[in-house]
Amino acid sequence: MAGQDDGVATLGKAAAIGLAVGAAAIGFLATRRDTGNDGDDAPGYAARRTADDVTGRTVTIRKDRQELYSFWRNFGNLVPIMENVTAIRTAGPGSDRSVWTIRAPGGRTVDVETEVTEDRAGEIIAWKSVEGSEITTEGRVTFADAPGDRGTRVTLVIDYAPPMGELGRVVAKLARREPAVQARHDLKRFKMHMETGEIATSARRRDQTRAAQMDDAAKKETA
Amino acid sequence: MRALTWHGTHDVRVDSVPDPEIVNPRDAIIKVTSTAICGSDLHLYDGVIPSLQPGDILGHEFMGEVVETGSGSNLKKGSRVVIPFTISCGGCFHCKVQQYSACENSNPAEKQDMSAALYGQPMAGLFGYSHLTGGYSGGQAEYVRVPFSDVGPVVIPDHLEDEKVLFLSDILPTGWMAAENADIQPDDTVAVWGCGPVGLFAIQSAILMGASKVIAIDHYPHRLELAKKLGAEVINFRETHVQDALMEMSGGIGVDAVIDAVGMEAHGFAFDNMLEVVKQKVGIGADRAHALRMALMAVRFGGKVSIPGVYGGMTDKFPTGALMEKGLQVRSGQTHVQKYTAKLLEMIEQGKIDTTFLISHRLPLEEAPRGYKNFKEEQNTWTKVILKPGMAATA
Ligand SMILES: NC(=O)c1ccc[n+]([C@@H]2O[C@H](COP(=O)([O-])OP(=O)(O)OC[C@H]3O[C@@H](n4cnc5c(N)ncnc54)[C@H](O)[C@@H]3O)[C@@H](O)[C@H]2O)c1
Ligand SMILES: [Zn+2]
Ligand SMILES: [Zn+2]
Repeated sequence: MAGQDDGVATLGKAAAIGLAVGAAAIGFLATRRDTGNDGDDAPGYAARRTADDVTGRTVTIRKDRQELYSFWRNFGNLVPIMENVTAIRTAGPGSDRSVWTIRAPGGRTVDVETEVTEDRAGEIIAWKSVEGSEITTEGRVTFADAPGDRGTRVTLVIDYAPPMGELGRVVAKLARREPAVQARHDLKRFKMHMETGEIATSARRRDQTRAAQMDDAAKKETA
Repeated sequence: MRALTWHGTHDVRVDSVPDPEIVNPRDAIIKVTSTAICGSDLHLYDGVIPSLQPGDILGHEFMGEVVETGSGSNLKKGSRVVIPFTISCGGCFHCKVQQYSACENSNPAEKQDMSAALYGQPMAGLFGYSHLTGGYSGGQAEYVRVPFSDVGPVVIPDHLEDEKVLFLSDILPTGWMAAENADIQPDDTVAVWGCGPVGLFAIQSAILMGASKVIAIDHYPHRLELAKKLGAEVINFRETHVQDALMEMSGGIGVDAVIDAVGMEAHGFAFDNMLEVVKQKVGIGADRAHALRMALMAVRFGGKVSIPGVYGGMTDKFPTGALMEKGLQVRSGQTHVQKYTAKLLEMIEQGKIDTTFLISHRLPLEEAPRGYKNFKEEQNTWTKVILKPGMAATA
């Protein structure tokens, strides 16, 4: 009996973690293999064979590097952009660590604590989950001038060790929260927000936007 | 409100649905006074464009009165506006270079994957045109939520009635861009496949741009008659070998420019077309590219190919040889409506362009399903249908 409950609990946790990881851009990992394949100039995450779960994406945004960097560096700004993140706060007074609250099944949330590992104004912000975090993840966002007046090329690279290995990966996929997909969508929303001041939706009414529907679903699940 | 909704192939209905609201700051809500059925809507009606969902509101050619504005809109309540069918943010790279129909920010993030998989990069948002292009509710309704209302809508002076300006939303700029894409030079002979609204406006535009001869191709006598009135020479493809005729009519050289204003549902009993009719029926999703094949054969070496007709997926037996060997210039695309509206509005005001000659029917919105059926089945005489939400139902 207890064993069975444990089994269910474990699966639940895997799902939560899957979602957490999927919330792309929360934190994320390493910088292994994010540049340079052998023999060509493509980024490593575009390789046909990748050793681990590195995912990367670039968008071009018609704003200058400093503005984009400053917006991102103030992590709290990212809440409306990252679909699975419900809150981002600093870990405590004066702390440089951030706590990201992420949606999980059953109307629950999980917290992931990250620290900034590299920070150069207008160029790069890198972070990773702190020791002991249930979710192991590292990521970085870089800002580079695009040609002419096209603005800035923003690249997000995320690496993660799927929590609970293959199971976690499968659960994330089932929950349609694969990091690569989430990262892509979150970056697109970042671009929309910066270029247009809003996030495109085809909802005809306010209670039909994705954000409203996710909140609604979460409320129903907790009820 | 009442709205024309899609429920399946050849099944559209007027339903009661919740009114739209302001969702984003730059939105406006428009009370529709006139809206039209387009050849593009027929592709949805016939089920050859994927990703519609039952209950989706169709319609992308509409105009009306501004009744509500978000904090970021620059429209005034009470203004009369025509709404471009392309939803464009005005701030992205493509909008800045006036390629409005390629706007990077109007198709919601989570809806972009499907068209990116089909075309390599995602489509922009379009009104009432499936979830490939955002799943936006369309204009064949009493009210519409218009995003980025500070970029697209064209404010119309009171003295111009709806019917003169409604087509600024799509088919007039589409015909104009089709002719512009054909890069017309004074001595050019231009052949236009399709004398639907898009073809007719392309003919009118090509003549205004100074083409020495425009040849229109269709099989409906009344539509060919309209083309003739605009000044085109005509070919009925049921009666005449089009390729032979065009060779003769261009002095044995081939025509300088070709415009495919037919798109993916070509008519006719040519072998390639029949095969593709069957494929579309069984759902293989092959575009019926007969008109485009013909156009590629008829165009002269070094000539110009303009494709306003809509294609959605893939086609077989495509004449890659003609395409390469002839050294052609090909231009295509959904229309960059916002690029052309100011200029075309001015030409309408000056009386240089007539937009009303092709309107055959005006129906109350409630009778929209009848409009669809006839615009599809009675094409000879039903050349353009305007729907009026304010008009009383006749029955
Ligand atoms: N590029 C754009 O932005 C844009 C905008 C509006 C419409 N469109 C497209 O333009 C096309 C035409 O639109 P429409 O409103 O004029 O449609 P329509 O259906 O009224 O007209 C199509 C015409 O093509 C004729 N035709 C069919 N097969 C033919 C053939 N083999 N040879 C010659 N003529 C043939 C038909 O008889 C008909 O008159 C559609 O594909 C539509 O989706 C594109
Ligand atoms: Zn149209
Ligand atoms: Zn744009």
